[in-house]
Amino acid sequence: MCRAGANPEKQPEDVTQFLSAMLGLTLSALRDLAPIILVIAFFQVVVLRQPFPDLLSVLIGLLCVIAGLTLFIQGLESGLFPLGEALAQGFAQKGSAIILLAFGFCLGFGTTIAEPALIAVAAEAAAVAAEAGAIANDDSARATYALELRMVVAVSVGAAIVLGILRILKGWPIHWLIIGGYVLVTTMTVFAPAEIVGVAYDSGGVTTSTITVPLVTALGVGLATAIRGRNPMVDGFGLIAFASLTPMICVLAYGMVA
Amino acid sequence: MTDLPQAFADALLSTVLDVAPIVAILLLFQLVFLRRKPPNLRRIAAGSVLVLVGLALFLIGLENALFPIGRTMASQLTAPETLGAERLADGIDWHDYLLLYAFAAAIGFATTVAEPSLVAVAIKAHDASGGAVHAWGLRIAVAVGVAVGVTLGCFRIVTGTPLPWYIIGAYIVVMVLTFRSSRTIVPLAYDSGGVTTSTVTVPVVAAIGLGLAASVPGRSPLIDGFGLIAFASVFPIMSVLGYSIAASWLARRRK
Repeated sequence: MCRAGANPEKQPEDVTQFLSAMLGLTLSALRDLAPIILVIAFFQVVVLRQPFPDLLSVLIGLLCVIAGLTLFIQGLESGLFPLGEALAQGFAQKGSAIILLAFGFCLGFGTTIAEPALIAVAAEAAAVAAEAGAIANDDSARATYALELRMVVAVSVGAAIVLGILRILKGWPIHWLIIGGYVLVTTMTVFAPAEIVGVAYDSGGVTTSTITVPLVTALGVGLATAIRGRNPMVDGFGLIAFASLTPMICVLAYGMVA
Repeated sequence: MTDLPQAFADALLSTVLDVAPIVAILLLFQLVFLRRKPPNLRRIAAGSVLVLVGLALFLIGLENALFPIGRTMASQLTAPETLGAERLADGIDWHDYLLLYAFAAAIGFATTVAEPSLVAVAIKAHDASGGAVHAWGLRIAVAVGVAVGVTLGCFRIVTGTPLPWYIIGAYIVVMVLTFRSSRTIVPLAYDSGGVTTSTVTVPVVAAIGLGLAASVPGRSPLIDGFGLIAFASVFPIMSVLGYSIAASWLARRRK
């Protein structure tokens, strides 16, 4: 198996090798961003027939984006992936499932509670609830509602990582768990207040941040590689899937109770 | 653009703050429970710094260059003047918004291709499958799913049909596809639903949803603006499962 970054034989001291790797990554970052640039340029110039507002600042911004994506991916390979794998190996050798599950919960909860996208969605959700008359329409009621909602989502993401790690340890097939979750979401949608449904459905998507995803994926694949009888493809993936399903269930439940 | 260093410092600070809880948890478990230094610690630390600086640069660039244009375009494309006010006078019809659907599909595809967390999962899937999953093919499949999802989500906002019908219908399709797919691709497909909606896609897609819900008569941005992210998270599951079914069907036919 080829695990980029995990092998010590790739020496970081080797400057020419590093530079040529960076050049390759820059080219692929350029390729990744080309579609956005083409779409925006096409609609701006051909469809809306308007010139670019401030071409210089757009170009400087684009250079930042390309450099940023290049550095991010380089750091992914040498930093986040090996870190997740080292953790997975450490926990597998330690052999304590409780500590591993506690770690999973803390990681899920800690990364979600501070997630900026979630803070924005929770504030909007509080505005919706106030509009619908579910809570009092003043600042303190809205702030309480938004904070409670964030706590609910963060706890549910923590629980999702715990469930996902348990699944890897036990080798449960993922599709029964996910389909069970879908059935639960469908049933709860019928009983939950209508104004929370849109918020709940969206909350599943916003919880997984750009730093969490590589770390959690490397942890899952690392665990499935380290544990005998588990396959990295069949058992290693799926942690993110749980983390985007349980918030929907928990937010719907919160809407029914609150 | 004159205050670029200041903006970069702000973006770096907020990225570091986002990461602080992760670092605290990692340190706690590493020092207290595992009591073992990970191998290549210096390399990992250097890599993590690269990730932070890279993400900050990426966000500051997007915020300065692409998001303002994207948001302006979303509001221009949803404005009644662009659509032709006289056409809208006799009540709105879903096909009055064809240009917007085209934009939603194109920008949904393009932002997903550039999504850093999807890049991470695609690299990992390529490595874990021993090269059987092509990183680039997976990203294209996911991006097509987001494009279809966002377009259908815009159609829903325009027509005002209930969100649960679409999402539950999508779940049923996902279940059917799950039982027709190979066991090895299913977890990855489920994961790709969650990773698509991240730093690049959410701000642009949310701007389209809010702009559309504000401009279509009878829709409220508060109630109908939600839901596009849900579309963008379910449809990639379908497209990845569909892609793998189609790929194995083609492989069998070629034999």
